[in-house]
Amino acid sequence: MRNIGELCFAFYTPEGDSVAVSTGIITHVHTMSEAIKFMIRQGYEDDPGISEGDIFCNNDPDLGNVHTTDVHTMIPIFWEGQMLGWAGGVAHQVDIGASTPGHDPVATANRFEDGFYVTAEKIGEHHEVRKDFKIRAQRSVRTPLYWDLDEKCRIAGIYMVRDAVYRIIREEGLEYFQTFMREAVEEGRQIFMARIRERLVPGIYRTASFMDAPYKGKAWHPEQNHDFMMHAPMTITIGPDGSFALDMDGASGPGPFPFNASEGSMQGALWVQITQTLIYDGKVNDGSYLAAQHHFPQGSWCNPGNSLLAYGTPWAYLIPAFTGMFRLLSRGYFSRGYREEIVSGYGFTGDPTQGGGVLANGTYFPVSNFELCAVGLGARGTMDGLDAAYAMWNPEADMGDAEVWETIESGLLYLSRRFKPDTAGYGRFRGGSGWESLRLVHGVQELQLYSWREGRVFHGGAGLFGGYPGATGYRLFVKDTKFYDMVADRLPYPLGDRNPAQRELDNGLGGTMHLSRDGLILPQPFQNGDVWLSLFSGGPGYGDPLERPIDEVARDVEGDIYLPETAKSVFGVIIDEEPDGVKADPVRTEQYRAALIADRRARSVSYQEFWQEERTKVSQGNLAEPVRRMYRESMQLSPAWSAEFCRFWNLPVDFQFQP
Amino acid sequence: MKYDEKTLSALISGQLPWAETKEIMSGGKDPDRFRMVLEIVQSMVSFTERILLPLGPHLYIVQKGTDRIVKCDCGYEFGDYRTNWKFMSRVFVRNSQESLQELYHPDQGVDPDWMELREFYCPGCFHLLETEAVPPGYPVMFDFQPDLETFYRDWLQQPLE
Repeated sequence: MRNIGELCFAFYTPEGDSVAVSTGIITHVHTMSEAIKFMIRQGYEDDPGISEGDIFCNNDPDLGNVHTTDVHTMIPIFWEGQMLGWAGGVAHQVDIGASTPGHDPVATANRFEDGFYVTAEKIGEHHEVRKDFKIRAQRSVRTPLYWDLDEKCRIAGIYMVRDAVYRIIREEGLEYFQTFMREAVEEGRQIFMARIRERLVPGIYRTASFMDAPYKGKAWHPEQNHDFMMHAPMTITIGPDGSFALDMDGASGPGPFPFNASEGSMQGALWVQITQTLIYDGKVNDGSYLAAQHHFPQGSWCNPGNSLLAYGTPWAYLIPAFTGMFRLLSRGYFSRGYREEIVSGYGFTGDPTQGGGVLANGTYFPVSNFELCAVGLGARGTMDGLDAAYAMWNPEADMGDAEVWETIESGLLYLSRRFKPDTAGYGRFRGGSGWESLRLVHGVQELQLYSWREGRVFHGGAGLFGGYPGATGYRLFVKDTKFYDMVADRLPYPLGDRNPAQRELDNGLGGTMHLSRDGLILPQPFQNGDVWLSLFSGGPGYGDPLERPIDEVARDVEGDIYLPETAKSVFGVIIDEEPDGVKADPVRTEQYRAALIADRRARSVSYQEFWQEERTKVSQGNLAEPVRRMYRESMQLSPAWSAEFCRFWNLPVDFQFQP
Repeated sequence: MKYDEKTLSALISGQLPWAETKEIMSGGKDPDRFRMVLEIVQSMVSFTERILLPLGPHLYIVQKGTDRIVKCDCGYEFGDYRTNWKFMSRVFVRNSQESLQELYHPDQGVDPDWMELREFYCPGCFHLLETEAVPPGYPVMFDFQPDLETFYRDWLQQPLE
């Protein structure tokens, strides 16, 4: 938390609508709102009672959270016996006692592996957390010290919120405060409605995002041993009255994996996206959420309505899904002329290196890395995306200091951090670049590591207006290396995987290289001297890359954003690497770009020809198993999406994909 | 808040310095922006039809006689704006390792069995107008269907005709 600010605080009305919020991981401003509303619906006022000094805790995704590692602490605030509202705080745990160590488990298949559940529970009275709860909680996670510190942090923060409320009441009066509280939410709602009419165009905006979950051959559970694919269609309808309705009808199904996302988590994601694109100033509170209609179809991955499923890592599906929202709103901004508001999407805050180990001295250490909180932002409508500086769930993106991560993850040292070429989505404006870090296992008795990222699909659809998606991830680590021999011989050791076609990790490190296009890897053991690569995503691009000014491409090559061969093959720019720097050759570039345009003319086909070819694949079911599974789930869950699919491909209305 | 034509032209072309762009981002919105940008983009195209709505860096909805059509700045006409312009485009699908590797190293691209990369070109100038990264067999997306009448009549309070 101290390193990158993975916490947030908010004040809520008695009904649970946020009024004022902090910075930080503010996705949870709204998930806490859902948890408070759950307690109200359940009649907590009567049993177990809501009184001054009570302390409540929740981390149950099914009723208002993203995953169990995000722990909420909430208190009701009273003034002279009258309940004024709630203060809530969230801190992300380094470990939540899941069946495997870490904060985003991947091997889990059901709720009972998600770890320590606190389901909207009263954990304290008289302003004190109960001792029995403290004991239970600290014995339920692998890192009791961090649990204790994080709980104290949350409680300190929410009492600061309470005291701030008291101060305002003393200075302004109770009536003024209560009026302000209601009006602030209402103003937030009105600002949202006005912004839509100010910045968008009424109409229907549509897109879709996807994600892979390649468990076949990796799974620990028989029911998980399949390849899954997530489908996240998204339609935003801006009504004549400025109304906003987001619909994900057609989403694919949940499954025996931890990527299921509760409705509350989707609502939280919707809220945090709104605060970054339409309502990033003024009254940032639940007023905007109340103005935004949404439909996350029940029974789908984004609203399973089944508390027995695993909810350990909804981010793996939720993050790709919401790239669509940025792209859709950006089309409206473009039409309206507000090009400075356009964002083509964002890189995937994935590949969180996780696990845990025991140091040589017998001390347990967690691996729960959050440097992924700084990926590439998608290209804007007026400039390139931010490099290594965006996270969709925390507007204060920050990769944190390597030295601090090493302090926590004591057996996993940094060998490097640097830009990863060719990760930025191509376009007239390029996406923000991704990056890589290389870690060394050192000084451990034992260690297990795992991670997840997209590998077989681009995670969030494409770029915007001809921009391409950023590169996918892959999994690369080397075991049984000669690293210590290299150090003893004072040989330069590798710093990453800058160019996969000329691997540094092949150069003298020895050992056994494990390489897979799948970003997903389940926990497995590592030992001293093993080397682990993390890859952080670049953002998608905007516009035709052949229109990118050649000097900007030359600068990209000089800055290691793109390799020289990519400058040529994608941007059509011929680069000369001269002693005084990287230069683009304008004459040869013009000729080469003309040749690439001629290639487009020669090898593209008419839409009709394309349609016929695709239709044949569909009608014959000539698609990979996970793709057929995805379509089958979407068609079963949504008759409307099924009808639209069949209409588009001119198929019988009862068409179905076979297993 | 109001910005002059020179500033907005630089913003559109990506030439506006960061400090000025940041000021525009952080400031209140200029209600006249739509009209001014429309005038700027109208002056940038060679055709004479009135632009009603910009759809992308090269595509516009224009008034052509009594029809409202999608038109590329090169002059190519895609037809009625209520029909997906992609139906009139030229298409190249990267659905093989070979075609994907022209853009991405195999480790950094996709598995063509799971996903293909569709490129939609203008049949006139062969600019790349849109990409889709979708599984094989996914219906082509109609990205944006604007409600032009409501936008002009109720939101801008200006005649569409």
